[in-house]
Amino acid sequence: MTDPTIDLSPPVADAVRYTTCYMCACRCGIRVHLRNGALRYIDGNPDHPVNRGVLCAKGSAGIMKQLSPAKLRAPLIRVGERGSGSFREASWDEALALASGWLGAIRDSDPARLAFFTGRDQSQALTGWWAAEFGTPNYAAHGGFCSVNIAAAGLYTIGGSFWEFGEPDWERTRYLVLFGVAEDHASNPIKIGLGALKGRGAKVVSINPVRTGYSAIADEWIAIRPGTDGLLVSALIRELLLADRVDFTYLVRYTNAPWLVIEAPGAADHGLFARGADGAPLCWDTSGRAVSARESGIQPALVGRFTLPDGRCSSPVFELLARRFLDPGYAAEVVSGTTGVPAATIRRLATELAAAAFDEKLVLEVPWTDWAGRRHSHMIGRPVSMHAMRGIAAHANGFHTCRAIHVLQILLGTIDAPGGFRFKPPYPRPIPPPPCPAGRHGTVAPGRPLAGIPLGQPQGPEDLLVDPDGRPLRIDKAFSWEAPLAAHGLLHTVIRNAWAGDPYPIDTLFLFMANMSWNSSMNVAETVRMLTDKDPVRGAYRIPHIIYADAFYSEMVPYADLVLADTTYLERHDCISLLDRPISSPDAPADAIRQPVLAPDRDVRPFQDVLLELGARLKLPGMVEADGAPRYPGGYADYMTRHERKAGVGLLAGWRGPGGGQHGVGAPNPGQLERYAANGCFWEAPLPEHLRFYKHANRGYLDYAARMGFVESAEPVLLQLYSEPLQRFRLAAEGHGPVQPPPALRERVRAAFDPLPVCPPPEADDPYPLHAVTQRPMAMYHSWDSQNAWQRQIHARNRLYMHGAAAAAQGLADGDWVWVISGHGRIRVQLQTMDGVQRDTVWTWNAIGKRAGAWGLTPDAPEVRQGFLLNHLIDDLLPANPGAERATNSDPVTGQAAWYDLRVRIERAADGEHETAPQFPPLAPPPGAPERPAALRYGAEFRARRGA
Amino acid sequence: MTSLPRATTERRLGLVIDLDTCVGCHACAVNCREWNAGGFAAPLTDLDPYGAAPEGVWFNRVHSFEAGDDETGRTVYFPKSCLHCAEPACVTVCPTGASYKRASDGIVLVDEQKCIGCKLCSWACPYGAREYDYDSGVMKKCTLCIDRIYNENLEESDRVPACVATCPTSARHFGDLGDPHSAVSRLVADRKGYDLMPEQGYRPTNKYLPPRRRGPPAVAPAPAAPATIEGKLLQWADRLLSR
Repeated sequence: MTDPTIDLSPPVADAVRYTTCYMCACRCGIRVHLRNGALRYIDGNPDHPVNRGVLCAKGSAGIMKQLSPAKLRAPLIRVGERGSGSFREASWDEALALASGWLGAIRDSDPARLAFFTGRDQSQALTGWWAAEFGTPNYAAHGGFCSVNIAAAGLYTIGGSFWEFGEPDWERTRYLVLFGVAEDHASNPIKIGLGALKGRGAKVVSINPVRTGYSAIADEWIAIRPGTDGLLVSALIRELLLADRVDFTYLVRYTNAPWLVIEAPGAADHGLFARGADGAPLCWDTSGRAVSARESGIQPALVGRFTLPDGRCSSPVFELLARRFLDPGYAAEVVSGTTGVPAATIRRLATELAAAAFDEKLVLEVPWTDWAGRRHSHMIGRPVSMHAMRGIAAHANGFHTCRAIHVLQILLGTIDAPGGFRFKPPYPRPIPPPPCPAGRHGTVAPGRPLAGIPLGQPQGPEDLLVDPDGRPLRIDKAFSWEAPLAAHGLLHTVIRNAWAGDPYPIDTLFLFMANMSWNSSMNVAETVRMLTDKDPVRGAYRIPHIIYADAFYSEMVPYADLVLADTTYLERHDCISLLDRPISSPDAPADAIRQPVLAPDRDVRPFQDVLLELGARLKLPGMVEADGAPRYPGGYADYMTRHERKAGVGLLAGWRGPGGGQHGVGAPNPGQLERYAANGCFWEAPLPEHLRFYKHANRGYLDYAARMGFVESAEPVLLQLYSEPLQRFRLAAEGHGPVQPPPALRERVRAAFDPLPVCPPPEADDPYPLHAVTQRPMAMYHSWDSQNAWQRQIHARNRLYMHGAAAAAQGLADGDWVWVISGHGRIRVQLQTMDGVQRDTVWTWNAIGKRAGAWGLTPDAPEVRQGFLLNHLIDDLLPANPGAERATNSDPVTGQAAWYDLRVRIERAADGEHETAPQFPPLAPPPGAPERPAALRYGAEFRARRGA
Repeated sequence: MTSLPRATTERRLGLVIDLDTCVGCHACAVNCREWNAGGFAAPLTDLDPYGAAPEGVWFNRVHSFEAGDDETGRTVYFPKSCLHCAEPACVTVCPTGASYKRASDGIVLVDEQKCIGCKLCSWACPYGAREYDYDSGVMKKCTLCIDRIYNENLEESDRVPACVATCPTSARHFGDLGDPHSAVSRLVADRKGYDLMPEQGYRPTNKYLPPRRRGPPAVAPAPAAPATIEGKLLQWADRLLSR
């Protein structure tokens, strides 16, 4: 008997096009294999710096995104009541005329009446600039409820941050601590890194209330109580200080540990750095005098109390930090009860961290020169690294918790040391990096662009966007006293504030890819009510106009008056720019593009093209020539190539200048995109070895970064254990300076703006003893793909996970239907018991639940009938305080939505119903929605062609 | 009954799956899905893809198990596909000869021309690795990407199963387990790779690497001697450090 003959070399593709994935935020390079113009296969680009050839479940499901019946077909104009789903299809000319009519009237009267929030936007270098050209300060993306705490804490402490601005030294680290990281933003890089670490026997510790995913393969899982990570880190810092296991040399040379802080309680300069005549901070040299911190060759004291020449008292930062963390309140035994981590485990972790950092020699024989001009014959490694993201971010103490993690890293000397946490160029940048947010009082005017980009990093109260009475100037109240360091804005407050006209009414809410009537809002039902609420006197919607851009029929579409139908990621140009969210690795700055690999078969247009055309119709100065003609008639691709932010600096750093021979800075090159396409759609420029570490203090790197336009000047980026900007806000709250918080917010600001990390644990909440958190499953994280025929076969419903013993203590068992009750609402869900969860915590997969009628799914889909959201349990406001307005449920420093602070109790659902609640009325399908196939035989055509 | 190749095949191509590094991300399952949806056994039909009971043909499925909440507790992700057994019951039970094991490399395949959809093979497979396509009425299964691994239209580096190429944690390895010197065989030897349910006697080719045993955690140091804050600061006061 012989085996059947089969074709072992069937043709795969007649074209392979390179582009960048957009199935989540990770931005991997992909190869799209096309056969007769149809999608045959998508795999990872082996040469790409982000994913090196691998591709996750989401990226591998890209074909089903393209085939989704939920794709919008054309612009839509609402013809029924808002929320009814009654639309008619419109031409682009009609849609853009309508939009520019609304927007033009706003711009001519009061540009701030446009709120432009771009959700899961990866083109903020364009969208932020567009908002500025329009003249509205009311712009942000979705970071306010995602991870602004991580970004802001990093930028105000180390001049970089986890994920996009830095990562563990996967190649060399020997001890990795993951804080609350589920499947995360750096999807494939973390997985590649973990595989490498496990392969060489490095230790991985996961601090997470839930043992799934990365925590499952960690060598040690620490089942922490949610919201107490900062306390645990504080206890670790205390142990390290007590044992003298900190890197004093690193602290003295590369951080503000020796800088003198003025100690004059009650005075306007209390807690600020003592500075010399040139403005430079001072240190206390052991010769007995104050010297400039810019000097090298000094021997600065780390502890003590010193009288300055002008008679003021001062102490070094390190002394204040040591006093804070040596406090017995941070003793392992004390912290243990709150965190749920045994004291012995805390002490052991501290010992292991120190042993990995200091006792295991890691030295790179690479000479380098530090900021002070000192030559080093080698680079000393500190092979301990950390990563934190969601889980830390979404607690009201998240900013300080993340700062505490950075302080721990700094004390161990690991920041940008070999084996430690490494910066990705263009980071590090100055702490905090410029610019300040634009849109200050009196600068927003009809028909005028803003003086800068609406988002940024305030250095102190003077940079806030408040009026002379301290009231917010932005619709989301970002950069006001309610959220002073709101570097990513507060998308989660926009709808309520616009509805309430607080601080002022707006005319048009313009959203892109932000599912605000569903899984991207706290308090969903109330949000829907506010979107549809009418003024009883005028009979008009309280939010007069809503424009929404999306590629799919998401839950938000029916709440728009005008829908701009976007393309899929395979049908568009995009730009992953060093100017906003880079894809660099620590060894090489890098950027990338998307290019269309398929032509749309619908009347849809890329959102960025539409934005540029709208801008031209509105005659926004940056988008038209002197004669009024569109400046970028070629759309976004044209803009990516020709737009310059300043001379020689554009969205793409590669192949600039005539002929494409310049990188970083250079004149626009009309052939630039072809060069990207020929290189797999990315550019990277590997750093020479001696620039790869200690970037914040590496003279060679700093000079290079200035030359490349990454930073304005080659000043060292000295890490800020003690944050002077935070102290400036605290001083204002204590009654100093020209810009002070309103009385009702003073205590809140004073408490939150501690110049050293302070991480109060969640308060006990008797009626609601359980913490409730969510994570996205790896096969879905950050994807916009609830309609995806393959992904939904993995996760089409969710359950509430609870520790078996905790459930049993309540007489509950696996499979029971229960009510989950918070101070805000209740939901009916099905329980699943497990072992790998902290006993006071329940959790579920996030954003699996869908509303009937959305996403092209049938109304009886499991996502609808057995899926649910915790969002219904989370109020968007904090409980009322006597005498004060209810505040947003957010971190008081950054305004990050505090949706992980949710507390609940569980009761058996005795009603016999086996369906999740609440259920919402089904949304009507959009006009022309295609039939849903009863069976999907994707791929049959390739076999037929093969004739097998 | 369908006969097996007369002697055990010399080449035994298969997978080695590392349960120590698998994070359960489903990349392998979905990438397998997209390659094979248009591949040797195309299509892999999805029934009710946007409805109440979406169900399609998956050659590779990821299961998870967990037990214990102390140091010995674990969550384990367990990807499972055809194990290309040396003694495949799915082949010997096939009444038409549709199921067969290739003599040249040991890969177990289904010849759809001969498959009558009786499903005996799926009953016989102790691992539940077969997938019936209700739409086309034939049995389908992992082919070890037979249309990739020898495919001269692909770069040589891409001639591995899709699940292996895409695995982000490098938890999946492909090679000749009949060659004791191959990289995969050495990996199995080094890491004490094991057969699933060896007592059943099907001699699966695919091997699993167990989660590494965790060493006992180091003994925690005793609490530091009580030090007053002032005392501790004093210790640091004389430390001379050059900037």
